[in-house]
Amino acid sequence: MAIELKMPALSPTMEEGKLAKWLVKEGDEVTSGDILAEIETDKATMEFEAVDEGTIGKLLVAEGTEGVKVGTVIAVLAGEGEDASAIEAPKAEAKLDEQPASGEKPAEDKKPAESGTANLHSDIKTARDPELPHGTNMKTSTVREALRDAMAEEMRRDSRVFVMGEEVAEYQGAYKVTQGLLEEFGPTRVIDTPITEYGFAGIGTGAAMGGLRPIVEFMTFNFAMQAIDHIINSAAKTNYMSGGQMRCPVVFRGPNGAASRVGAQHSQNYGPWYANVPGLVVIAPYDASDAKGLLKAAIRSEDPVVFLENELVYGRSFELPELDDHVLPIGKARIMREGKDVTIVSYSIGVGLALEAAEALAAEGIEAEVIDLRTLRPLDKETVLASLAKTNRLVVAEEGFPVCSIASEISAICMEEGFDSLDAPVVRVCNEDVPLPYAANLEKMAIIDADRIVAAVKKVTYR
Amino acid sequence: MPKAKNTAAETATEKEDFALHSLQEALDADKRYKPSKEELLRFYEQMLLIRRFEEKAGQLYGLGLIGGFCHLYIGQEAVAVGLQSALDGSKDSVITGYRDHGHMLAYGIDPKVIMAELTGREAGISKGKGGSMHMFSVEHRFYGGHGIVGAQVSLGAGLAFAHKYREDGGVAMAYFGDGAANQGQVYESFNMAALWKLPIIFVIENNGYAMGTAVKRGSAETHFHRRGTAFRIPGMSVDGMDVLEVRKSAEIALEYVRAGNGPVLMELNTYRYRGHSMSDPAKYRSREEVQGVREKRDPIDHAKNELIAMGVTEESLKELDKRVRAQVAESADFAENSPEPTPSELYTDVLVESY
Repeated sequence: MAIELKMPALSPTMEEGKLAKWLVKEGDEVTSGDILAEIETDKATMEFEAVDEGTIGKLLVAEGTEGVKVGTVIAVLAGEGEDASAIEAPKAEAKLDEQPASGEKPAEDKKPAESGTANLHSDIKTARDPELPHGTNMKTSTVREALRDAMAEEMRRDSRVFVMGEEVAEYQGAYKVTQGLLEEFGPTRVIDTPITEYGFAGIGTGAAMGGLRPIVEFMTFNFAMQAIDHIINSAAKTNYMSGGQMRCPVVFRGPNGAASRVGAQHSQNYGPWYANVPGLVVIAPYDASDAKGLLKAAIRSEDPVVFLENELVYGRSFELPELDDHVLPIGKARIMREGKDVTIVSYSIGVGLALEAAEALAAEGIEAEVIDLRTLRPLDKETVLASLAKTNRLVVAEEGFPVCSIASEISAICMEEGFDSLDAPVVRVCNEDVPLPYAANLEKMAIIDADRIVAAVKKVTYR
Repeated sequence: MPKAKNTAAETATEKEDFALHSLQEALDADKRYKPSKEELLRFYEQMLLIRRFEEKAGQLYGLGLIGGFCHLYIGQEAVAVGLQSALDGSKDSVITGYRDHGHMLAYGIDPKVIMAELTGREAGISKGKGGSMHMFSVEHRFYGGHGIVGAQVSLGAGLAFAHKYREDGGVAMAYFGDGAANQGQVYESFNMAALWKLPIIFVIENNGYAMGTAVKRGSAETHFHRRGTAFRIPGMSVDGMDVLEVRKSAEIALEYVRAGNGPVLMELNTYRYRGHSMSDPAKYRSREEVQGVREKRDPIDHAKNELIAMGVTEESLKELDKRVRAQVAESADFAENSPEPTPSELYTDVLVESY
């Protein structure tokens, strides 16, 4: 029986990739372990190995093809005694998201459910930031590239800036965010550390006290739990405890929040944790322009900054202004979409969902205003309250636990300082209050989506 | 069993092992610094200033003028004075834990602003917002004053990283106690400091007790100077009650580090006469033990006897004591009479910039 070779998923978040190169041709004999192809993801180029022996029958996807979905049959392997040349290509399979033609249960119901982070998917392009100078040229950039460019530009500008962390140099970044920096700046400024978060966070913090401008990358913020003592006790409190004489201009950055199917220990939003601490600046951008402009601002800041990125957003493309020095103000929220009926406040990956929800609501005649907080500390209360005064209804969408969340804080601010503007209670839309489960169906239940935001908006607008 | 012939690999290992002991051997060969009379007088005066200052701080604590935790350095004076005397104040940096008053005095920081910080006054070195455990003087390259046990070891490695990055020739000195020596981040920092050859001297002030836990009850390896061996960091065991041996050991360590060889680990064997903090009744050791050290090993008495042997008169030492007492009394008056911080200070220095 012929064996179908399918496009492999090479990372937890990979949905598609480029078939960069075939290393075999039709009719080749292969044995288990032979390298069949090179596949490029947005993070790395990976080799695809044979796991069975046989003869390559058909190569179904030409090399150089981009956007090959995971699971697509890319080649067929003839087993022992089969005539490789006689093998037919399989019929195109029904796509996962296509509805079955009849009302019957689909034949594929044994397939695993979609990952919960599919809930967080959004294709909506953010509108151009009205604060940008008139006539600014725009180019398309991924968030990943925008972050890298921000670091590179600041490293060119200030020799005190350096980046350290696990796999940031020779590996080019565990999530490829520091790609190319080693080549340009060399090993004294792009430094691979051992896997010792507590130690290197302390070294980075001490280097900032000693007058440098460190960027400390955590492979993910889950691992920064090992280092949180230095972030809070050493970095955040120094300026105050020294009566303003000892500064600590360090940036702690890395991916934060739920990734795909990585389980409870690798899926948590630490925004509320750090936003709780006076002495820290906490930034959580969404699109490429904000990622770049705010990371540059963070590196220049005299204060310690926790800069929360999101793995699922790294690969998203947005318009990025082509400016020589694109620096954005810390502590200012951004109105992503104007509306008069309700305000949806969010940040980081939640912004995409808020925009999706606003789009869906517009189709039903509800005009939602979407605010991206961008900075979680200091929080831009004024923008939130001004919008509330206009719409009189507010929903907070947050990819994270509900208890003691940013959403809780926004609710409290609205009650304490915007009570007279409220025509309905503020509603929080957060993840379920459980450790993030591994099983795809449970993960999907746990993580917020645009539909939940739409439902919350309908609740506060009494529709 | 007959001794096997050394293989080439074993010989190489032995050579490396020798390198780990070479600083200790250099010290053992010639243990004591030979000071001029003036130098020893200066060491003596600094040690005396620390002792009188700390005694006064203890009194003010008893009067309720100093709050919170207050960790006195009495008994350990020779460590800070001997080591600091060998540093280059124009480029080297220092960091320590919460038992920090003595270090600051040894660095020449004005006792008035230290005492005023202890009493929580506006004139304090941290404007009264840091307290006994959290004092800093960037001007003197003294980077704290850290309240979390062991944090200063990683932070100190960061200071050393900055020296190396800037190529300014400076060395960082990170002090910590025998208790902090058991913290995990210490070993993470040893690893990176050795890996990157950072210019740092790790100084373990072994005063015998991690709070109330005697060294042998809390540490599997009580010879702390050996604890860098796994990271190929040479160690030195030093009598921390003899200011001249401390000074000599510092010179050996500094020469090694300044030559670009990476870190050194020094164990300074010392003793604290008072409790861990003011609220510690020190029931975990006998009065005789403390008295024995005071009588036989006291660093200040030791220096005093040597000064007399060098021809310094009792009267001139009495004069010096008087002068130190007056200086301490002045700092206490200053600290008692300075105003508390204005209420508006509550909100300053949280962040440097406005956003």
